[in-house]
Amino acid sequence: MNAIQIKNVTKQYKDVTALDDVSFSFEYGKIYGFLGRNGAGKSTLINIIANRIFADNGEILIDGIPVKENMKIHEKVFCMSEVDLYDTSLKIKEHFKWINRFYDSFNIEKAFEIAEKFNLDTSKRYKALSKGYQSIFKLTVALALNVPYVIFDEPVLGLDANHRELFYDLLLKDYESNERTIILATHLIEEVANIIEEVVLIDKGKVMLQDNVGSLLEMGYSISGLAHEVDAYCVDKNVIGYDELGNLKIAYVLGEKAPLPKIGNLSLSAMNLQKLFVKLTEKGGN
Amino acid sequence: MNINLNIEKPIFIQIAEQLEDSIFTGVFPEKTKIPSTNEISALLNINPHTVLKGMNLLVDDEIIYKKRGLGMFVKEGAVEKIRQKRQGQFYNQFIASLIEEANKLHMTKEEIISLIERGYENERNSN
Repeated sequence: MNAIQIKNVTKQYKDVTALDDVSFSFEYGKIYGFLGRNGAGKSTLINIIANRIFADNGEILIDGIPVKENMKIHEKVFCMSEVDLYDTSLKIKEHFKWINRFYDSFNIEKAFEIAEKFNLDTSKRYKALSKGYQSIFKLTVALALNVPYVIFDEPVLGLDANHRELFYDLLLKDYESNERTIILATHLIEEVANIIEEVVLIDKGKVMLQDNVGSLLEMGYSISGLAHEVDAYCVDKNVIGYDELGNLKIAYVLGEKAPLPKIGNLSLSAMNLQKLFVKLTEKGGN
Repeated sequence: MNINLNIEKPIFIQIAEQLEDSIFTGVFPEKTKIPSTNEISALLNINPHTVLKGMNLLVDDEIIYKKRGLGMFVKEGAVEKIRQKRQGQFYNQFIASLIEEANKLHMTKEEIISLIERGYENERNSN
């Protein structure tokens, strides 16, 4: 099976359960949004997939190959992450040279081309780069590596709007010419809402939802009007949250859109992915 | 093509509508090539599968067609086809909602008709 299969993965840090019996798959050839609040367990799972830490229980298979302590998967999956795993005193072009030796699938010419598009000065040392340019260096490496599964953990951290647009642009162009699996873990949900095809939402160490973005957006909507009319409409609905503004009540609903009653002044509108995310993850506290 | 997408409609439908509008207004003339999925995808930052889904709606409506290896082209007679389609939708899209809003505002049929006449009058004067 061409996929990253996550099977019953559990990870415990002292008394915190970071991942609690998590099972799902990232299929080959799709762009995923991997979403979750701070501390939801995203980075823990990414680190297990990338073979940087190990699960207490369960396993991960990439194209059927078990990940754990397996060097072969380095040509399968690459993970760009927030943490600095690079020698900070090395120059960028030297980094490129070393990465080129370690990975068969690294395209060094492409790396220099992308660096130039971002105006990344490759003769600078990593530690001399600004926060934004450190991110740019890391995503340049990820974009130039032709592996079937790429994970971007907060790829646009510290990037200005122009560079963020450039990144999404390069990502999509690259995806068009070379289909692979791209996993975007980000808090900037609206920026990636139209780019991603599937969403995996994790909350408190569990998968809360996995769905196609299109059908998810079809399912979520908000209904607003006078409180008693809204309540009457929502009786048999799956309400994931409310907002109130004086007499006005807004209910956020997940499910089929039922026709509005003829009498009364309810209005129905679509919900964007970010709103949906916020309402889903604030249910039950926080 | 308008590049402002909203959330009230699925993105692929908006892509189809905007391409169709561009064909209707002559931005993409008949028998010529329309932009590729990757061009649109990169311009609007939209998943290429979504763009393709939108284009396929127009293929189904026989407004564009695929030339293997060359891309999507506007069909001959597409403009007339779009005109007919839109005329067919005119009642549902404009008249029905006009009457609904008029009823909400307690406006009579006569008032609405006179407003429409005033609209045509203004149009004539400004030309």
